[in-house]
Amino acid sequence: MADNEKKDAGLNRREFLAEAIRAASLLALGGTLGLLATSKASARASVWQVDPYKCTSCGKCATECVLNPSAVKCMRSYKICGYCELCFGFYKAQHNTDAESADNERCPVGAIERHYVEYPYYEYRIDTKKCIGCGICTQGCTDNGNGSMFLQISHDVCVNCNSCKIATACPAQAISRIPADVAYLKKPKDKKNTH
Amino acid sequence: MRKLLRYILLLALPIMALAQDGEFVYQKPPEFSDNVKPLWLTELFPAVRAEWLTYLDITLLLLALGVTAWLLLKKRSRNGVFIVMLLSLAYFGFFRHGCICSVGSIQNVALSIFNPSQALPVATLIFFLAPLVFTLFYGRVFCAGVCPLGALQDLVQLKPLRLPIWLENTLGIIPFIYLGLGVFYAATGSLFLICQYDPFVAFFRLSGTPTMLIAGVALLAIGMVVGRPYCRFICPYSALLRLLGPLARWRVQVTPTECIQCHLCADACPYNAINVPTPEPTAGKRAEGKKQLALLLVLLPILVIGGAYLGRAAGPTFAQLDPTVKQAYLVRAEIQESGHITKKSLETYAYARTAKPASELYQAAAAVHAKFAMGGTAFGGYLGLVFGVALIGLTIRRRRINYEADPARCVSCARCYNSCPFSHVDTEKEVE
Repeated sequence: MADNEKKDAGLNRREFLAEAIRAASLLALGGTLGLLATSKASARASVWQVDPYKCTSCGKCATECVLNPSAVKCMRSYKICGYCELCFGFYKAQHNTDAESADNERCPVGAIERHYVEYPYYEYRIDTKKCIGCGICTQGCTDNGNGSMFLQISHDVCVNCNSCKIATACPAQAISRIPADVAYLKKPKDKKNTH
Repeated sequence: MRKLLRYILLLALPIMALAQDGEFVYQKPPEFSDNVKPLWLTELFPAVRAEWLTYLDITLLLLALGVTAWLLLKKRSRNGVFIVMLLSLAYFGFFRHGCICSVGSIQNVALSIFNPSQALPVATLIFFLAPLVFTLFYGRVFCAGVCPLGALQDLVQLKPLRLPIWLENTLGIIPFIYLGLGVFYAATGSLFLICQYDPFVAFFRLSGTPTMLIAGVALLAIGMVVGRPYCRFICPYSALLRLLGPLARWRVQVTPTECIQCHLCADACPYNAINVPTPEPTAGKRAEGKKQLALLLVLLPILVIGGAYLGRAAGPTFAQLDPTVKQAYLVRAEIQESGHITKKSLETYAYARTAKPASELYQAAAAVHAKFAMGGTAFGGYLGLVFGVALIGLTIRRRRINYEADPARCVSCARCYNSCPFSHVDTEKEVE
């Protein structure tokens, strides 16, 4: 019986210790929460995005994304597009005629549609369902044109991995997290995305 | 006058255009006739996932944790826990593609603690803290009912072997090392190691690299005969939960009444988490243990300092995984070879395009190196501490009278409940 009581007392002491450590841990966790919440936490989530001014159109976006086809798509800025008749994003450098045939087009999946607007201007629309984000058109447009075609992560496709696989593989380190209310880093730079 | 203004404007336009980062290299945007609609109104940039869905995630996480704790400790229902586990696997795993998860959130927290500029989304913070707080009250309920990685392994398990305790303890150190490594790389802002080598996320997304798919399949194959191998021997979050588990206010009690020492629960536990009764250590053994303990307590600071020293020396090696350091090495190699950046690799091509001097990159890389030297010191010291404490744990023997769930190792799956011959008696009593 005495042995039993002694055991009970021991258990109580251990329980008391556990209680004390638990309280300390709770305080520590609460402290971390408070500290982070007041100084760092942003209510809005963040999303991955390509900085078009760093992007070199290397083509890794098409192959490295965990999704197939990639969540990276060619997007257009109509504000700086030249509406060129001879679009370097659309046509290969050495095309025979200006016929819109597959052997003349840069896009490997035929995702770019060419539409006549008014003489001598043409509009180029991207079918994002077909686009694989290879960056062949953006390279042509950036090197020889205004760079109105650029790669962006399409947020209706992106699953927002905690660690973006393309960001790790990107040789230009062009992909980073940005606030979700900015969402896109468009061209030309506007006030919203100059962070 | 009007004509003159027009000419001035025409002259000014290209200059204005050039001033804007030289945007219009080829052909400046035309002025369309009035009957052509301006096309930038139709620019398509799909919207980001709605904000309320993030709050739905948080609510479901807290709900799943609460319900699991209730089913486990109040209802003592294995079936209930199993159903919550399946629902969590479906939602947090396959529907949300495994992101954000508590395991990975360690890195986001480490990153934002050590880097003042990095904000931490509230959802990520809650995914990190909520399971820890629940563990302080109810034990590792997160592992049992919420974690999709655990659920996947729980489902494939066929006939779990009982690992010898020395192997269990040795492999059990890996999560602590992995945790340190993950925090180390996240705190330096280089990469999220834990996410990158997550073996199961490829299943949730139904796509992934061959290496990670093979690793995932291999782990699941091992999981058929060794219960939850990732949870027990790899998962860095489990290291935190194992530290907090023993502090739980309420936790898994194998038997609702009195233990009759039948050993059935220990046989039923797939995770080697039932501690069997141990005899009172003899006086000789106890003295030996005390001597070992004293020796190890002296050895501990040496282990920590030695680890810190080695870690500092290994800093540059660790830093090679950092993208900036990698780029700097490649640029320097090309400059040493031919005097300028020859753009042989994608990384050097990217740097050449920025038109910045190489010295700027070297400076950035040196700053990263300094960070890794500091991080390496801390990581090495931490490793020394982990090994020291693990050794000390081996010298402490405690007398145990009954079969009980080990509060650190138990993942609260509730399999032992059904194995106990008294569990049925108790439920009948409740019915009356």
